[in-house]
Amino acid sequence: MTDVTRRKLKVATTSLAGCFGCHMSFLDIDERLFPLLERIEFDRSPLTDIKHCGPCDIGIIEGGICNAENVHVLREFRANCKILVAMGACAVTGGLPAQRNHLDLGQCLQEVYLTEPSVGHGLIPNDPELPLPLDKVHPLHEVVKVDYFIPGCPPSGDAIWKFLTDLIEGRTPKLGHGLIHYD
Amino acid sequence: MSNFPLETAAHPEQLRRVVIEPVSRVEGHGKVTLLMDEDDHVQQARLHIVEFRAFEKFIQGRPYWEVPVMVQRLCGICPVSHHLAACKALDQVVGATQLTPTAEKLRRLMHYGQILQSHALHFFHLSSPDLLFGFDSDLAKRNIVGVAAEYPEIARQGVLLRKYGQEVIRHTAGKRIHGTGAVPGGVNKSLTAAERDELQKDVYQMIAWSREAVRLVKRLFEQDLENYRSFGTFEARTLSLVRADGAMDLYHGGLRAQHADGRTIFDHVDYDHYWDQISEEVKAWSYMKFPYLRVLGHEDGWYRVGPLTRVTRCDFIPTPLADRERREFMAFDEGRAAKSTLGFHWARMIEILHSAEAIKDLLHDDDLLGSDLMAGGERQARGVGVIEAPRGTLIHHYRVDENDQVARANLIVSTTHNNHAMNIAIREVAKKYLDGRKLTEGLLNHIEVAVRAFDPCLSCATHAIGKMPLEVQLVDAEGAVIDSLVRNSR
Repeated sequence: MTDVTRRKLKVATTSLAGCFGCHMSFLDIDERLFPLLERIEFDRSPLTDIKHCGPCDIGIIEGGICNAENVHVLREFRANCKILVAMGACAVTGGLPAQRNHLDLGQCLQEVYLTEPSVGHGLIPNDPELPLPLDKVHPLHEVVKVDYFIPGCPPSGDAIWKFLTDLIEGRTPKLGHGLIHYD
Repeated sequence: MSNFPLETAAHPEQLRRVVIEPVSRVEGHGKVTLLMDEDDHVQQARLHIVEFRAFEKFIQGRPYWEVPVMVQRLCGICPVSHHLAACKALDQVVGATQLTPTAEKLRRLMHYGQILQSHALHFFHLSSPDLLFGFDSDLAKRNIVGVAAEYPEIARQGVLLRKYGQEVIRHTAGKRIHGTGAVPGGVNKSLTAAERDELQKDVYQMIAWSREAVRLVKRLFEQDLENYRSFGTFEARTLSLVRADGAMDLYHGGLRAQHADGRTIFDHVDYDHYWDQISEEVKAWSYMKFPYLRVLGHEDGWYRVGPLTRVTRCDFIPTPLADRERREFMAFDEGRAAKSTLGFHWARMIEILHSAEAIKDLLHDDDLLGSDLMAGGERQARGVGVIEAPRGTLIHHYRVDENDQVARANLIVSTTHNNHAMNIAIREVAKKYLDGRKLTEGLLNHIEVAVRAFDPCLSCATHAIGKMPLEVQLVDAEGAVIDSLVRNSR
């Protein structure tokens, strides 16, 4: 293999409306992390202090879209990443957070911040620093083009390992029996 | 309306805004805003929690037995905590006032696996770069990759400690993340002898590495004592669970609250009516609520939870190696380390050691292989479950109707209890390190170091929902509107 193809691939990751479980599953590759670091370097990621995504080979996104900030971050990733991956149930379908899609936002507000029994001094947060929540939670591909979808809540560490090593070696990623699951 | 120093500037419109967004190497979505005057003095500092998820709302109407697997999706780092807190609450609903020995011990094993892996992740993968390289060290190196390059043995032990905790969870819950092992009334599986033997094989190595981790934090304190003892440090009241004899117990106990000087506010209080002790305040600038002790009111009643509280406020730790380390920590630097914000890291490593010891003891108990998994009794309409999660006291409260559907839910998660304390910590750091200086990336990282000490789980803390002050539209790749927000819908 030539030096050019052996250059370290830049990988950015982020969690939007997710629970970080997919990132934890990524770390469930355990000690395989160390050989992986021979082949990739992290750009923006919860593991680094790089706050904005630069030009990258692979962008991996956990979680769906629940507020305006998520949309900005998703577009930043799409604009900078050659390959964009929706990792896990929430990114692929909206996942559990999308269970709120049948509820009325205003009513939720009232209940959580004004009438819940343990709330002493109720008021609804409205500071401009807080990003606007969207009416519904959306999967990524409703907002930008997505190149790969990995299902699972979360996908296993083995599935993420197989996917990444395939991609890094220039193969079409293929998750065989046992690695594709939806729970 | 409470007004704490540096919480709200008198004339924000005249000030320059500096933002740290997102707070990195933590779990979840947060940002810090600073308002600076012309002379670079900090006039306002706030940690904002910027996401909402409404879990308490959308589990209403679901059958109660779905709840333990739904609510653990609040958090992929500590799913077991939510899984078990929900099960403890729903044990009461199904009338299981006393679990079978096999069920309780398996749940404890799962929980200690969880504490071990979560603390390892937080210390080695997220926080250790600040401590090993320096708070204002090179950004490119200040991460687990840098640690792996420069301190490969520390990184390797961190990764393998986390792996072991995850394996304990896999064997007890069926999956490393979002498993299904606990159910209202008990558990759905016990360990096989082969599974137990596999876990037993490595546990002594984990105890040895945990001891090294405690020693590593102690060395870090010794090398930079003045900085470590004072960084982001403040006086705080505390809240934690303790066992009836005063021992640390991360799975079950009564509520203990103390003043900063150790005087009792209340002790061994049954958490079943937690709302008599704890109330929550809302502030306009964060989706995360601000809990306080009712008896002291919302101005004075804020408090701190988590490893530092548990280790320093229990009477003893019921495993010998961890208790020895606790006593050394309490005595170190005339007791100042035990009051310092960076002492969180030390306390967290003592808890890793305690968890590894507790796992070892459980793995030598034949009850783990038992087949009596479920208990039950007279059906109740409500239940409260409280557990000490990796980040602190976690409260789940459910009301279930006669159709077995959840009628009402309230969750107060660990990080929420620390909301005010974290804001105080960043203001202390802002005053001491940033005030009057030109801000650099390294100085701003000091603020994040203070936030990280608490190991906040910001996505846990976002089960609430916010108001929509503007109208925005979400358009897809082709420009078609797929969602919009309504201005001031209430």
